[in-house]
Amino acid sequence: MFNVATRGDSVIKKEMIAMLLAGGQGSRLGVLTAKVAKPAVAFGGKYRIIDFPLSNCINSGIDTVGVLTQYQPLRLNTHIGIGMPWDLDRNNGGVTVLSPYEKSAGSDWYSGTANAIYQNIDYIDTYNPDYVLILSGDHIYKMDYEVMLEYHKENNAAVTIACMPVPWEEAGRFGVVITDEHGQISEFEEKPANPRSNLASMGIYIFTWKLLREALIRMKDVPHCDFGKHILPECLEQGERLFAYEYNGYWKDVGTLGSYWEANMELIDIIPEFNLYEEFWKIYTKSDAVPPLYVSREGFIERSIVCGNSNIEGTVINSVIGAGVFVGKGAVVRDSIIMKNTVIGAGCQVDRSIIAEEVEVGENCILGVGENIPNKVNPKVYSFGLVTIGENSVIPPGVQIGLNTAISGATEIGDYPSGMLGSGETLIKAGERS
Amino acid sequence: MRAIGLILAGGNNHRMKELSTKRAIAAMPVAGSYRGIDFSLSNMSNSHVQKVAVLTQYNSRSLNEHLSSSKWWDFGRKQGGLYIFTPMVTADNNFWYRGTADCIYQNLDWLKQSHEPYVVIASGDGVYKMDYNKVLEYHIEKKADITVVCKDMPEDTDMSRFGVVKDDGEGRLIDMEEKPMATDAHLVSCGIYIIRRRQLIELIEKCAQEDRYDFVRDILIRYKNVKKIYVYRMDSYWNSISSVESYYQTNMDFLRPEVRRHFLQEYPDIYSKVQDLPPAKYNAGSNVHNSLVASGCIINGTVEDSVLFKKVFVGNNCVIKNSIILNDVYLGDNTYIENCIVESRDTIRANSRYVGENGVKVVIEKNERYVI
Repeated sequence: MFNVATRGDSVIKKEMIAMLLAGGQGSRLGVLTAKVAKPAVAFGGKYRIIDFPLSNCINSGIDTVGVLTQYQPLRLNTHIGIGMPWDLDRNNGGVTVLSPYEKSAGSDWYSGTANAIYQNIDYIDTYNPDYVLILSGDHIYKMDYEVMLEYHKENNAAVTIACMPVPWEEAGRFGVVITDEHGQISEFEEKPANPRSNLASMGIYIFTWKLLREALIRMKDVPHCDFGKHILPECLEQGERLFAYEYNGYWKDVGTLGSYWEANMELIDIIPEFNLYEEFWKIYTKSDAVPPLYVSREGFIERSIVCGNSNIEGTVINSVIGAGVFVGKGAVVRDSIIMKNTVIGAGCQVDRSIIAEEVEVGENCILGVGENIPNKVNPKVYSFGLVTIGENSVIPPGVQIGLNTAISGATEIGDYPSGMLGSGETLIKAGERS
Repeated sequence: MRAIGLILAGGNNHRMKELSTKRAIAAMPVAGSYRGIDFSLSNMSNSHVQKVAVLTQYNSRSLNEHLSSSKWWDFGRKQGGLYIFTPMVTADNNFWYRGTADCIYQNLDWLKQSHEPYVVIASGDGVYKMDYNKVLEYHIEKKADITVVCKDMPEDTDMSRFGVVKDDGEGRLIDMEEKPMATDAHLVSCGIYIIRRRQLIELIEKCAQEDRYDFVRDILIRYKNVKKIYVYRMDSYWNSISSVESYYQTNMDFLRPEVRRHFLQEYPDIYSKVQDLPPAKYNAGSNVHNSLVASGCIINGTVEDSVLFKKVFVGNNCVIKNSIILNDVYLGDNTYIENCIVESRDTIRANSRYVGENGVKVVIEKNERYVI
């Protein structure tokens, strides 16, 4: 019998494999992530957030990716499948979805980012890698991880952390690293009041696997073991060489409704900073919209991106429209994000709204009117003057909806006192669009 | 399904003029996002015909590029799959495909080695959606030797580009004429046939012995009184890309809501090679009405009653009317285009003006692209 051990030097060996953390809920996206994990939320019309790190992997020559899922994984699992859209359907390697599993001695959910990796040491060992790239599934960027690996090797580092210079006044919102002139990290500061550095960690790490493996096992009993809070400070304490890899391209955390909306809107610019139209460094996704889009004689589209199979009979201005969307006659959609298969009834006025997949908005509704009053239930989440509607919701015809509102479920006219959902209100109902 | 599929995609058609210089008819782009052969291939896949051969000869590279992987049509299976047969030199044959019957004859081994009882023969230039199982049921019910799928055309159709069929009122084919100059019939053959595999092998071998090479002339017409040939009338949309005019018309038909609903919204889907293009982008100044726009387009000008294929760039102040712009065309600023088909991968210089005066004009400017 042959096994890995007896095949001598010719065992399976991948120089670097990626572990993509996609298990978080992303609760700051409110009703958008009520039923899907954040990495599976649509972005830029036809994409999902996870497409960006996955495409970066294959474009950087990494053909083995473990995707760690936990919160609401159905959409993610069906999206990733066997990895065909990213050319990650491989005989040897490819994409593997890693969900928490039962063990003979007790079963645990993934309790923290590092704990999730700890529970999958066996998966990583199968590929016998020298380096492991840790990614998170909630950032929009294009990055060549191979260049970062070169930097890691040059420095003979134990850990390399991708960092981005941010404006000094904002540095206090991030975890910043303090480095010497060669980029070697001497200290971490988590959300410092008086930042001594403006290099913010992007949550992208390259570890030398041997060292990470040891650290994970050493720290296995730390509750909610996390890279930022536990593993990195531990490595620093042990006197390992930690380096900051400075990245200066486009990188956007779409963790809040405001930044999510902004990042989508930036795609509309004439030559956007984040350009999807370049031949170089393509972003791949599971394409379920092959057909072209149709604009009717009355339809009008300006400063927008619109996906295939949509039917536009109304006006669309400054918006991002997903696949299979129907915008009825006389409807006006402005400054909004509308995801896959949503129907906007005739005569609607939609302003500053994020409308998730498969939503039905009845005729003559007015979305995004009134004063900008903070949300009464969850002011931190719904605070950007936006209307947010969760997937599979139904909005009855003729209602008005104010700003900083959240709606989810099959709502009826009775749920809107005098046909109006005032600014700052939240309306969560059971039931789905049938 | 108990059938294998044969898609005849080898021929050139002179009525396609310049459009067929660089590609096979079956590789002609259709309806913004598809190619001609996608329709027959998707029909095969959706009818659960799991083993399909595409016979190709003229400009076959264009088609091979499109068929680079069989996975888009769900043919990437252990059982069956997609086969592409171009002419080859063997110990006892060194001819090109000399006709539709001859191309089947040259690949007769494949038919002999299959075990499925029936064969669905289709052409690569038909634009239609069809469940071949329905035709097979009809074929069995009528105890037919060959079933020919036909379509009733409107009164004013130019019949000279079709195979024209007459039946006896009960479905039996009694007369057939290839591309007649004048006829009173309005039933045309769609080039889709169902036949028992052993029957096909027998007829094709006999044909070859007599040095006959054409399926329609030497089998359908010649055997019409000997074999039971039945007509299956299809009532949904069908058109074939066989001339510049019909190509233009077929694309324009997709601007009609009922055609779009039939092909693009109703189940089952038509599949095509996925190209990972970003969504279409409309900049300030874009003004698009009654048009189809495929992914990857960037629009800065006016587009009316037109079909834009993938990755078309429309410059500032451009006006495009009643036209078809094929893949990856760059239209410089202030261009005016009306009643035209612009050939793919072309770069049209700024301030150009093209108008199809008498019918549709095919625009081919072989410019180098310096921009973008």
